Amino acid sequence: MVGLATVFGAGGGTSSYKEIEETDVILLWGSNAREAHPIFFHHLMKGLDNGARMYAVDPRRTSSSKFADAWLGLSVGTDIAMANAVAREIIHNGWVNQAFIDHSTTGYEAFAESVESYTLEVAEQITGVPGSAIAEMAKAYATAEKAQILWTLGITEHHNAVDNVLSLCNLALLTGHIGTWGSGLVPLRGQNNVQGGGDMGSLPNKLPGFQNVTDPEARAKFEAVYGVPIPPENGIHLTLMFEAMERSEIKAAYVIGENPADSEADVQHARKLLSGLDTLVVQDIFMTRTAELADVVLPASVGWAESEGTVTSSERRVQRVRAAVTPPGEARHDQDIIGELARRMGYDWGQPTSEDLWEELRALSPLHGGMTYARLEDEGGLQWPCPDLDHPGSPFLHGWLWEDDLGGRAGAPFSVVEHEGPKEQLTEAFPLRLTTGRSLDSYNTGVQSGGYDNPIRYGDALDMNPVDAAALELADGETVKVSSPRGSVEMPIRVQPDIPEGLTFTTFHFPELVDINVLTNDAWDKRSGTSEFKAASIRVEKLPSSDHTPQLQDS
Amino acid sequence: MTAVESTTAKSANGMTETLVTIQVDGRPVSIPEGGTILDACSKAGVSTPTLCYAENLTPVNVCRVCVVEVENSRTLVPSCSRVAEEGMVVQTDSERVRHSRKMVIEFLDTSVDLSQTTAPTSNEAGGRNLADWAAEYGADSSRYGPAPQTMDEEVKIQDNLYIRDYDKCVLCYKCVEACGDDAQHTFAIAVSGRGFGARISTEFDVSLPDSACVYCGNCVAVCPTNALQFKTEFDLREANNWREEEQSVTRTVCSYCGVGCNLELHVQDDTIVKVTSPNDHSVTSGHLCIKGRFGWQYVQPTIQRKPS
Amino acid sequence: MADLHLTADRATTAESVAVDAALAAIGVDSALVMEDERLVRGGTHRRHARRHALLPALHALQTESGWISPGGLNYVAEVLQVPPAEAYGVASFYEMFRVDEAPGHDDDVVHVCVDAPCLEFAEAKIASLEAEGKHVHRSPCLGQCDRANANDGPALFIQGRQKANSVPADAPSLAGELWPLPQKHEPGLKLLKRVGRVDPTSLDSYVAMDGYKALARAFELGAEQVIEEVATSGLMGRGGAAFPTGIKWRGVAGADGEQKHIVANADESEPGTFKDRTIMENDPFALIEAMTIAGFAVGATKGWIYIRGEYPLATARLESAIEQARAAGFLGTAIAGAKSISFDLEVRRGAGAYICGEETALFNSLEGFRGEPRQKPPFPTTHGLFQQPTAINNPETLLNVLDIVTDGGAAYAASGTEGSNGQKLFCLSGHVTAPGTYEVEFGPTLREMIDVAGGVTGGELKAVLLGGAAGSFVGPDLFDMPLTMEATRAAGASLGSGVIMAFNEHTDFEAVCIRIAEFFKNESCGQCVPCRVGAVRQHELLIRSKGKVMNGELQLLEDMDRVMKDASICGLGHTASTAVRSAISLGLIGAN
Repeated sequence: MVGLATVFGAGGGTSSYKEIEETDVILLWGSNAREAHPIFFHHLMKGLDNGARMYAVDPRRTSSSKFADAWLGLSVGTDIAMANAVAREIIHNGWVNQAFIDHSTTGYEAFAESVESYTLEVAEQITGVPGSAIAEMAKAYATAEKAQILWTLGITEHHNAVDNVLSLCNLALLTGHIGTWGSGLVPLRGQNNVQGGGDMGSLPNKLPGFQNVTDPEARAKFEAVYGVPIPPENGIHLTLMFEAMERSEIKAAYVIGENPADSEADVQHARKLLSGLDTLVVQDIFMTRTAELADVVLPASVGWAESEGTVTSSERRVQRVRAAVTPPGEARHDQDIIGELARRMGYDWGQPTSEDLWEELRALSPLHGGMTYARLEDEGGLQWPCPDLDHPGSPFLHGWLWEDDLGGRAGAPFSVVEHEGPKEQLTEAFPLRLTTGRSLDSYNTGVQSGGYDNPIRYGDALDMNPVDAAALELADGETVKVSSPRGSVEMPIRVQPDIPEGLTFTTFHFPELVDINVLTNDAWDKRSGTSEFKAASIRVEKLPSSDHTPQLQDS
Repeated sequence: MTAVESTTAKSANGMTETLVTIQVDGRPVSIPEGGTILDACSKAGVSTPTLCYAENLTPVNVCRVCVVEVENSRTLVPSCSRVAEEGMVVQTDSERVRHSRKMVIEFLDTSVDLSQTTAPTSNEAGGRNLADWAAEYGADSSRYGPAPQTMDEEVKIQDNLYIRDYDKCVLCYKCVEACGDDAQHTFAIAVSGRGFGARISTEFDVSLPDSACVYCGNCVAVCPTNALQFKTEFDLREANNWREEEQSVTRTVCSYCGVGCNLELHVQDDTIVKVTSPNDHSVTSGHLCIKGRFGWQYVQPTIQRKPS
Repeated sequence: MADLHLTADRATTAESVAVDAALAAIGVDSALVMEDERLVRGGTHRRHARRHALLPALHALQTESGWISPGGLNYVAEVLQVPPAEAYGVASFYEMFRVDEAPGHDDDVVHVCVDAPCLEFAEAKIASLEAEGKHVHRSPCLGQCDRANANDGPALFIQGRQKANSVPADAPSLAGELWPLPQKHEPGLKLLKRVGRVDPTSLDSYVAMDGYKALARAFELGAEQVIEEVATSGLMGRGGAAFPTGIKWRGVAGADGEQKHIVANADESEPGTFKDRTIMENDPFALIEAMTIAGFAVGATKGWIYIRGEYPLATARLESAIEQARAAGFLGTAIAGAKSISFDLEVRRGAGAYICGEETALFNSLEGFRGEPRQKPPFPTTHGLFQQPTAINNPETLLNVLDIVTDGGAAYAASGTEGSNGQKLFCLSGHVTAPGTYEVEFGPTLREMIDVAGGVTGGELKAVLLGGAAGSFVGPDLFDMPLTMEATRAAGASLGSGVIMAFNEHTDFEAVCIRIAEFFKNESCGQCVPCRVGAVRQHELLIRSKGKVMNGELQLLEDMDRVMKDASICGLGHTASTAVRSAISLGLIGAN
């Protein structure tokens, strides 16, 4: 979100799903949408059936990439080198949209100079992908009438996540593949309301509707309605919170619907910090591992089936969730719990319905101003911005870049970004790269998806190339010891020809079986706060015994 | 319905679209160019039985229960797939039409178990089901001798998510389309064999868990006869406890990834009994993935909310 | 699909070698290409472009292993990136592919024709073959009806295991003997003028007998004029539908599309039909030349001959002829010296499915899908093979084009009758003295045609099955009807594909009709309800009523006929009841 906001001023995917059905070229970059966003992939496959060409850029030959005309298997963490080489190729072949650059962007000269060193040869050396394929992808993207770049956590779960995003934004700016129907930049959201959380101001520096905390005018507007002063400084994000815990600056935490004791990179360290807090309050629908560490657990109702409200999707579509069943036991709606807490702290907010809260938001957030519950119901949701009741919502963003008058805005800035590579280098002790991701049937730490059994679940396993497995004399399904500089786990391997040599992969859905985030690196991006889940260095060792039960070991 | 004079109209997106006008049972009906005779029938308020048609799938026009008579056409025409052409004269209730529809229903009724084909099989609101149509056309399945050949298949129960009862299968191809290039692109099932011996099948009839099936359940959602059933529904029916008339249907949004799929939660006794998605929603067109379709079980009060 | 899921079964080395060879023969490489450890090409588009190789690959597996084994199927699925369930759906559609390891899969299988006129000899032959330990398959019409007689028994076709398929009766031809045309070398033969005289294995022989003169003339006329001549000639399709060829070609020539196709529908499967086999086995270059002219006329650069799988000799002759024509510059780019004209041909074998003679089912089959017909419109002229503009014609129809181009459309139009121009091939079989393919100028009556074939054998002529199983029985009142499009139409009959199957007074018509009903039941693709179920119910009714169809059953039969005619997708359903109902009206079966 930070990357897109830096360039375009709004942290949302630019395009509607429907657009990919009508686009001409798709760059699927660091996303296994076939498994992680299956219904979005339906739209993508329609696009392919309609004739779109697709290039998949991913270290793994994922199920998604098998739909692509070409799979470019770059080394983990070399996305910027690839993107910059694509940019250089576009510039050197005169495929740039010069009129768009002149009118709607800034910083082109410096950017063009910065990518000059990223020749195809250099990119091939860094990424491992033949330069000719990079050139081909550059041509296909740049010369297409309509083209989209899609990405997911393969781009953002890196220590330099924001730079990765910026490097892709640069490509759209070079070619003008932004702000028109069928072209755009589409980050696919991993959670059903990660976009909505941002919309509602669940970011350290934002008020609802992406209004800046540091903007006195914006604060004044909220203060007038809330009746309390709003602290004028930005807050801190999750990763900084853990650092603050480490320095004992944060002594209490109130965790709502998050399971950091399983999901954080270098998770043993995170658990230690959570355990060391004076007070930990967890509000969740499950007795998660984080909840088990808590002093107080507040059982909540399930947001999408037991409560009323809204969520926002990856295409910025705000949609209603509704209660269909009664919450069990003492579980209560999140808003009731928070309201009750407020009451005990001396503020009586009454008993607002979710629609009452939404009406307040509509009054404060211009992006959502036109979205009444009635319209959300009748129109199958609405895509922000939707400032007033007559506005039909916005299928795509940044059409302003194509207007004759940019309305006093400076245009979208190019960003100079350089290749760094993963923080954690491969060493003799840890010679294999580990990257993580999702599988089709499971989800995150498995607290929800663990509730149903299904025939396609294979549990966590470490995917290894047959050559790497053979070198260690490992058989498919054999349980091995996997170690990173932070710890070790035992888990079975899956011998997989689709994963390149030197790379390993696993999901993170079964922390009670395999505590995979024991291994992952918590090096993080200073701007987004996202940790480098996608690139740890590991060692795989054959186990001497025939003990095949995976178990956690201390580091 | 009155005659529409102009041949153009504004569509929802503000684009001007061309209209074509055809006669349905003597009345002029105008629909956007590219629309089908079935669309025109709907617009004219003419109810048409359908089985293999679904708004979210490409028409395969195989069941032939929606046939209509088009002037100057030697044979009857499937209304679901035939694009309306300016000036077409269509009869939906002629003796020929009624005869063919009746015969199709008799043919199916003598071949498969239609007892659970209870969903509306027409384009009218709150439409008639197949039994209503059978009565309308006077279908008589008793005249085919003592033992007409039937599908004669055992129920396949191979996992806990859905069952396949091909004794109820009318070979409408909908499941194949949903599994294939109309939605899921997994192609775990196809039509195998030929003629009356044709069956929906995995390769060599291997069990679903051994097949390419990814359990999105999109095949189940489009099945018109309950040949494909969610296991939850099957079990309740087996226990004589499936009470569809008492069920509530609530629309909400899936709790997993950020695509924003709309779900319809079917609830009986305060318990989710199945999950579908609305066909007319732009995100899903009625199709879901395994998580949205089956990943709701943690909500059930009978299950302790603890990760397994 | 692209993210293919396969079971653990693996192909044998022999299977994969056989599949690779079959794919290489049609110039198809793997759908997945690993150019580099970090660069793999594949995906949706590449996969779609290779799907048409599925049928040839399955043929290779069947020949190698005697069945489509799970491992073999997986190999094909992987190489072509076709989902295994779909590949299985295709394999299980065809008579010639077995999808179970049934007895006999490890040996040759003898297909014995059980359709009339072979029907009366079939069971005795099957019994004797089985007594010899042969594996027998009861087959629908094998297109050798001219060979069925009490001495030689029914038509046979041998599906070879690890060797080519063969027809025992082809032995003399294979030994180099010229085909003994029953009409010998009567003057006035046009379509059959070379049959029995030209060496079908030699381009030189063909050229020496006026071969490729028509193509030269076509180049002189120009593409538009060729179509004009064909339109003027009034030539109508000889496959059964009698559609004007000129209109069809004009439609393709005028259709939008970069790639257009000429398809010869040589899936000659209508029971009683064998005329195209006669042409293709004995004058293959003529078909190739005619298709080349068609391609030139409509602007198609690609031609396909889809030939039924039970015609090994015709297939071999065509393949050899194509190779020779290509080597001599009559196919390929800059053909016959015309720099801007390209046209090339491929032969594709069917695998045993009557329905694939329906043009849109043929397209699906050739494209690697189940041979299920498509709803029309759209028509092949704009949405044919690979959804591209396609002129699909019967071989006999195409052969007529040679003389039309050489002599002019007007001359052709002057021959024949008012409504039926030119020459016609008839397939005489059953109880006649000299069964075979006969050519006449349109005009003779049914009785005259039977006399041409030496008259009836074994008793009085009782009825004739005109037009094949999809046609109808005609009785004495129509024996003096001229065999023209207009006269048969007026009588409520049809020439169909030119089948004249004679039955004498001692015929067991109940058995013949039950077999016809069984034929349609077996050959229905199963796609649409009226045909899938109607064909079964009709067969049941005939068995149930033991030939005495009357009263309520008659009404039911008529009701079923009506829905099949009115509501089926294609001609198979439309005609599935015609013969049976005509037999009842003639009193051949049913109430006395």
